[in-house]
Amino acid sequence: MNIINLIKIAFKALTTNTMRAFLTMLGIIIGVASVITMLAIGQGSKKSIQSQISEMGSNMIMINPGADMRGGVRMDPSSMQTLKLDDYYDIRDEAMYVSFVSPNVSSNGQFIFGSNNYPGSINGVGPEYLDIRQLKVESGEIFSDEQIQTSAKVCVIGQTIVDNLFTNDEDPIGQVIRFNKIPFTVIGVLEAKGYNSMGMDQDEVVLAPYTTVMKRLLAITYLQGIYCSALTEDMTDQATEEITEILRTNHKLLDSDDDDFTVRSQQELSTMMSSTTDLMTILLACIAGISLVVGGIGIMNIMYVSVTERTREIGLRMSVGARSIDILSQFLIEAIIISVTGGIIGILIGVLATYLVKLIASWPVYIQTWSVILSFAVCTITGIFFGWYPARKAANLDPIDAIRYE
Amino acid sequence: MKAVIELNEIKRDFLVGDEVVHALRGVSFTINEGEFVTIMGASGSGKSTLLNILGCLDTPSEGVYLLDGNPVKKMSNNERAVLRNRKIGFIFQNYNLLPKTTALENVELPLMYNPDVSASERKKRAMVALESVGLKDRMMHTSNQMSGGQMQRVAIARALVNDSAVILADEATGNLDSRTSYEILALLQDLHRKGRTIIFVTHNPDFYDYCDRNIILRDGKVVEDNRNKVIKDARETLKTLPEED
Repeated sequence: MNIINLIKIAFKALTTNTMRAFLTMLGIIIGVASVITMLAIGQGSKKSIQSQISEMGSNMIMINPGADMRGGVRMDPSSMQTLKLDDYYDIRDEAMYVSFVSPNVSSNGQFIFGSNNYPGSINGVGPEYLDIRQLKVESGEIFSDEQIQTSAKVCVIGQTIVDNLFTNDEDPIGQVIRFNKIPFTVIGVLEAKGYNSMGMDQDEVVLAPYTTVMKRLLAITYLQGIYCSALTEDMTDQATEEITEILRTNHKLLDSDDDDFTVRSQQELSTMMSSTTDLMTILLACIAGISLVVGGIGIMNIMYVSVTERTREIGLRMSVGARSIDILSQFLIEAIIISVTGGIIGILIGVLATYLVKLIASWPVYIQTWSVILSFAVCTITGIFFGWYPARKAANLDPIDAIRYE
Repeated sequence: MKAVIELNEIKRDFLVGDEVVHALRGVSFTINEGEFVTIMGASGSGKSTLLNILGCLDTPSEGVYLLDGNPVKKMSNNERAVLRNRKIGFIFQNYNLLPKTTALENVELPLMYNPDVSASERKKRAMVALESVGLKDRMMHTSNQMSGGQMQRVAIARALVNDSAVILADEATGNLDSRTSYEILALLQDLHRKGRTIIFVTHNPDFYDYCDRNIILRDGKVVEDNRNKVIKDARETLKTLPEED
């Protein structure tokens, strides 16, 4: 039997009953469109949850000097001097899983501007500190590499500091504030971030070049800590291992020695995130699966009714020489045409609906190629799968009974 | 004369519940090429069963059936489907045209299942067949735009298109008024004159005289097998019938 003829026959059978074909298709269209829209909305919210959680710094890694024993007495980690600037340079240059790295030194004291003063600490950091802590400069700018090299007396301040020192609505940029008698020129103001989940004011912050704090304020050559961020949350573990390796080599530790530093990551946050997104994925997969099965059953239902309705036609075809395989192929090809056409229309409507959702409800949406391919493939497969049974039934009809069927 | 159909002691039994029903109890006859034969008989005489066997829709329980020299008994369903496609043209009482389909496409249907016939040849042959039944200007009409007589003509064209060895007409005029019936009969007589072999199954004894041979069945057996000396012309009869408005 000529396959082209069979396709012609199937196509003809569909076009002579466009309403039936359309209704059959509708199940698939709605199935595919809803799967694509659902997944787009789901992926969109997943992405926005992801970015919200990573804004909390879920990929942040903190390195502190480790507790050391001096003659059997455990020492306060902050007094350790094991972390050096070389460690910072090596992590910055060698670690592949680390995207940003910044040294950290801090000093406590009183900020003074005019007649106002405010207690706080000044943080000596590198410019990448902003990326690690998800901070943004609202006005002015962060200090440059040159200012770091020259230990410039400049600082970037948070909103709480601005509110307490500049009470007369002065523009803080360019003003000079004093910290422990050393004048710092304000070159930038950070965007307000509010309180974090631990109840700490994230705007009570003053950032200065780490060189300035080390040389001019503390007169030290070691670092109190190093902040890093892993490339992604998933890579936090690899990054931690890598950092440990670099630091152990730098500190010339033997295999038997304990680490003289500690590397900590935000394990809790990343666990929470992966469980949230996993749950989301499972939920979406369930909804998508149900929609497609319903669409498939729609095909089976109408195809099945159509076999009964077309019994005489099948009998006639058999009496003029159609073999069982021809009838089977015709009904299968009809199912394939319906599912593929329905699938394509479904994709178009799904994409359209997604953009409507984005436009009207302004929800975050994100269409992934795999979700389009997957829903199309699944709908075609369910269409053929559910088309098979009625096709089988049609092919097994007895031509004598079929031709005289009333 | 070449034998198109040879039946030898054909029997067909059906199992209904626990009881065996003998629909055919040993039917033997030979139909030669170019014959116009009626098969008559009352309901339950085994007419339909015989027709199913002749049309390769069914196989006999016992006996030998040779269609154009091919034994029909030893065949798979698919082989019989191919045989129907090449050797047999069916005409049914209720026309059995595909709905919402043009006359031309209906006539093309048997050739669609024959991979040896190209699309252009298929169309050409269907047009020739439709012309020969007088429907040259109705080719693009769909089945619901035609009268019963026209639909039966389309069905006849469909039976002709594959150059079948035998045309089987099952109560072909059963749904038509008497005038249209005689028109169809006249058409079949024309085909017969052109050398077609036609088997006309009917229970209308009026058609007895228009064929050259009558086989009468009763209780699954052939009780009469007569050849007509005088064959009436359906066109002459048509002239005697009152014209319809």
